[in-house]
Amino acid sequence: MSLWEYANPKKFMGWTGPVLPWAFGAAGICLVGGLFWGFFLTPDDYRQGSTVKIIYLHVPAALMAINAWMMMLVASLIWLIRRHHVSALAAKAAAPVGITMTMIALMTGAIWGQPMWGTYWAWDPRLTSFLILFLFYLGYMALWAAIDDPDTAADLTSVLCMVGSVFALLSRYAVNFWNQGLHQGASLSLDKEENVSDVFFFPLLVCIAGFVLLFVALVLLRTRTEIRARRVRALQIREVRK
Amino acid sequence: MIALLLRDLRLATRAGGGFGLGLVFFLIVVVLVPFGVGPETAILSKIASGILWVAALLAALLSLDRIFALDFEDGALTLIATAPIPLEAVGLAKATAHWLTTGLPLTIAAPILGVLLQLPVSGYSFVALTLLLGTPALSMIGTFGAALTVGIRRGGLLLSLLVLPLYIPTLIFGAEAARRGTAGLDATTPLFMLGGITAGCIALLPFATAAVLRINLR
Repeated sequence: MSLWEYANPKKFMGWTGPVLPWAFGAAGICLVGGLFWGFFLTPDDYRQGSTVKIIYLHVPAALMAINAWMMMLVASLIWLIRRHHVSALAAKAAAPVGITMTMIALMTGAIWGQPMWGTYWAWDPRLTSFLILFLFYLGYMALWAAIDDPDTAADLTSVLCMVGSVFALLSRYAVNFWNQGLHQGASLSLDKEENVSDVFFFPLLVCIAGFVLLFVALVLLRTRTEIRARRVRALQIREVRK
Repeated sequence: MIALLLRDLRLATRAGGGFGLGLVFFLIVVVLVPFGVGPETAILSKIASGILWVAALLAALLSLDRIFALDFEDGALTLIATAPIPLEAVGLAKATAHWLTTGLPLTIAAPILGVLLQLPVSGYSFVALTLLLGTPALSMIGTFGAALTVGIRRGGLLLSLLVLPLYIPTLIFGAEAARRGTAGLDATTPLFMLGGITAGCIALLPFATAAVLRINLR
């Protein structure tokens, strides 16, 4: 009994069916609880006032935007190496969720930026990297949409994801070089001294957990839909052949 | 491999090959910019090296879908793929042909067009040098993009959407090196990074290009 058994579409549909409502439920509890705790039950920051509370949306969305791409990369590699269709479809399913997270991060960042820095946008390294990530997501989704044959599409988008990951990493450092920005340094690391104060940290953790669970639930749901779409396509082809 | 390169060069320079189009497009974009930002010399000379880089990049983009699409349509690509040279070498030869017919002419034309944009005198050599170092990377990345979209009808716009984000690191380092050199500052770091990107693309992207061609030729 190995993990790869779950690459079988029937088995995948079998376990995701019952798990899905729990995943959405847990995501809902963490998100609603975390956001309520963060927005209403924490004190205002002495410097940033209450606008800092957008951190509860901004940071988890930004984290998930990056992690979604990483998940797509791993799923693409699994498709290329082991040819599990579920993996390719999971990558396809994760892209729109990832791009939405990127947009949430960019927009909440802009909303936070206006009172904070006096501007909705600045060509700061982190913002610019996120904008570039947004473009990579768009390209990936556009390529999936442009190709008729599903297996060819899966192959080409997997290679694009891999090459894109290398260039995304390269862009991150290029953009850092291009502009040493005004975004604060890492404040969530586990070993550094300067951490976000504890009072804000715990609701943030709950929100992050909420976003992770939401991502997982959405990707499972979308992958199930993709699998069903594939089955419909197979049935249609069989009809035409008769 | 040389034969493939010469064939592509001959095809590109003949009538209908689109050889001059990239250069003309470069000229047109450079002419449009002052209409867009105003003719003030101070402003133009500040942004000149950046404009030349962006315009060269866009002009290089134009001729990308010619790289594989014509051969794919009439079946020549399948024949080339079954030839006794590795498909990776085919990708490299095609990229070289693209560079010789588009990248190199753009590099030579750039300092001349710099006159129109009030490029400071110190900038000419740096714009030429950075484009010389950077355009091979643009050609190689573009060849990968072209191979990716070769089977897609009307894939030109999708090609641009895929390739332009991949062009960003090259553009950043190239334009930054040109800007620093023009201002008289030390430009070695971005120049080395640019060279590194070009070297890395030439070394690694042929393998990705060949993989993608194989997928599309199935």
